[in-house]
Amino acid sequence: MADQNNIAVDIRNVTKMYGAFSALEKVNLDIRDNEFFTLLGPSGCGKTTLLRTIAGFEDITQGEIVLYGQNIANLLPNERPVNTVFQQYALFPHMNVTQNVMFGLLRLGQDKTSAKFRVAEVLELVQLTKFADRMPNQLSGGQQQRVALARALAPSPKVLLLDEPLSALDLKLRQAVRLELQQIQHQTGITFVFVTHDQEEALTMSDRIAVIKGGQVQQVGSAQEVYEAPKNKFVADFIGETNLLDVRVTDLHDGKGSCILPGGVQITCPAADGAHPGPGHLSVRPERIAITSPNEGLVQGKVKRHIYLGTDMHVEVTLMDSETVTVRMQNSSQIQIPEAGQTIGLEFEADAARLLVD
Amino acid sequence: MASKKVDLRRFPGFLPLTYLCLFLLYAPLVIVMIYSFNDSASITRWDSLSLRWYHDVFFGVEAPKFRAATINSITIALMAATSATIVAIMAATAMLRSGRFRGKSASFALINLPLMVPEIVTAVATLIFFSAIGFTAGYLTIVLAHIVFCIPFAYLPIAARMQGIEDVYEQAAQDLYATRFQAFRLVLLPLMTPGILSGFLLAFIISLDDFIITNFVKGAGIETLPTAIYGAVRQGIKPNIMAISTLLLVVSVVFVALSYFVGRMGEKNNDETSTKGDLI
Ligand SMILES: Nc1ncnc2c1ncn2[C@@H]1O[C@H](COP(=O)(O)OP(=O)(O)OP(=O)(O)O)[C@@H](O)[C@H]1O
Ligand SMILES: [Mg+2]
Repeated sequence: MADQNNIAVDIRNVTKMYGAFSALEKVNLDIRDNEFFTLLGPSGCGKTTLLRTIAGFEDITQGEIVLYGQNIANLLPNERPVNTVFQQYALFPHMNVTQNVMFGLLRLGQDKTSAKFRVAEVLELVQLTKFADRMPNQLSGGQQQRVALARALAPSPKVLLLDEPLSALDLKLRQAVRLELQQIQHQTGITFVFVTHDQEEALTMSDRIAVIKGGQVQQVGSAQEVYEAPKNKFVADFIGETNLLDVRVTDLHDGKGSCILPGGVQITCPAADGAHPGPGHLSVRPERIAITSPNEGLVQGKVKRHIYLGTDMHVEVTLMDSETVTVRMQNSSQIQIPEAGQTIGLEFEADAARLLVD
Repeated sequence: MASKKVDLRRFPGFLPLTYLCLFLLYAPLVIVMIYSFNDSASITRWDSLSLRWYHDVFFGVEAPKFRAATINSITIALMAATSATIVAIMAATAMLRSGRFRGKSASFALINLPLMVPEIVTAVATLIFFSAIGFTAGYLTIVLAHIVFCIPFAYLPIAARMQGIEDVYEQAAQDLYATRFQAFRLVLLPLMTPGILSGFLLAFIISLDDFIITNFVKGAGIETLPTAIYGAVRQGIKPNIMAISTLLLVVSVVFVALSYFVGRMGEKNNDETSTKGDLI
């Protein structure tokens, strides 16, 4: 755990009820200073709700939200030194770009001259200097998105909240803006709390990711940690693709577990906290499995079909116990793709697999 | 969407009926307008084209009476429309921007109910109310009565407009350190301007045109344009009445059209920004 001074937002035991439905359930998170922190989860899991409780648009039913040591749970949105980039941008339609960006500065009591200076600075940062006099409806979606970012950055908030700011952009633009956002975060040193349901976005941009499901935090960690050492089945499945094999766990010790694979081979591999003997799930990423000759490898199966994905090829393999396993192979002229119906063996390193809890 | 549109032209008799209705509605107005340009003291026999009766309205014997009535009408309409618009803005803000509260739908019904109550009932009730609290009928009673019955007319376009503005703009304002009142003044109010203007114009013309309630609550010595016209007509219809009616008609049409287009214009602008954000 980071030391106390290092924490930007400390979310302590926060619960948010809508009637009898709990949108957030005992959420605990430490968001560190100067960190690109991502809230990741499927639609309806409570990401927006969590962000809005930090911004102050939703009251919390229980818990504390501490911003750099100050409990802000009872402050009004305008009293909290955080700014939001809204999903729909919410640019003021009756103000031009400059006026939009200047809005927060003027409310904070800055005089017009220094506010203008700051606006120019921020517009430069997001490369919108040319558009300073345009009205929002004269801008493209990508430009509007950057105005929204500039407007939220202008007052130099302690924490910037971003609610799926890239979801309205097309793929190419989204990838460009990802890099830009990361750069801006580094340049400004402002803590970013970024919401997305796109795991690729989360993996490529974040210092740390909180995976959320049904209003509960499932796991917090770096991209590598959540990808390579998922705590449970949900995280493994939601982040990237994975194969979940039904196995029998026989023995557990020192974070390792022994289990019997379908077909009877026994291996010892890393195990998540809370794994227990008995029926369990073994997660193996498709890119970590190799195809071998029949009767070699750890499990045996029959090729069901191939799916062509451009750079990659997915080979779906049906195991003896009728589970389906996906193998990802990189497309190249050298590799031999087995025919459908062919019997093959599958191999993977024990360290690439992981025993999970439900 | 799924159901096929009914083509009214395929129903025999509908088209002639439509024309008949339009004729009955507009023929009297057209005749009044035409005969207001008639150079004759008769209201039925056409003589020749002239502006004689318009001249008479402004400079004839009855001109001072009509001028005083017009000034009354306009000042009353201005005060009534302004006050009603302010009340309507506050009501709409309370109804649409304060979350849920008890009696919300009842309040909504109450604000709009006067639109459905027969005007004569309102007139009688208002008169009884004023005499009960001991107000002497006069200019003030007219203004008060007009403010009240103009409120729903101002409220409708204002509330419609406010409903079309998502909360997210005010939230963005508050997020950027605006107090709730600043968010209202700097963001919501400017975005609502077309609706407010539209509501004001509608209230203004409703007040300007009102006869029944005014006739009940006005004192003996005071006239508005409609009551003055009514008074003049009772002594026999002269062509100058046609001229003055035509003028009033033109003013009304202009205001109603303005109210409509101002309301529409703002909506269009708003649509453009919001859909653009969604599409791209
Ligand atoms: N005002 C409300 N009243 C009742 N339930 C609500 C309200 N707002 C949100 N919810 C519920 O809370 C849950 C979390 O909603 P939230 O908007 O935080 O989801 P999300 O993770 O942002 O999803 P998405 O990715 O679709 O935006 C949802 O199940 C939603 O139905
Ligand atoms: Mg959301």
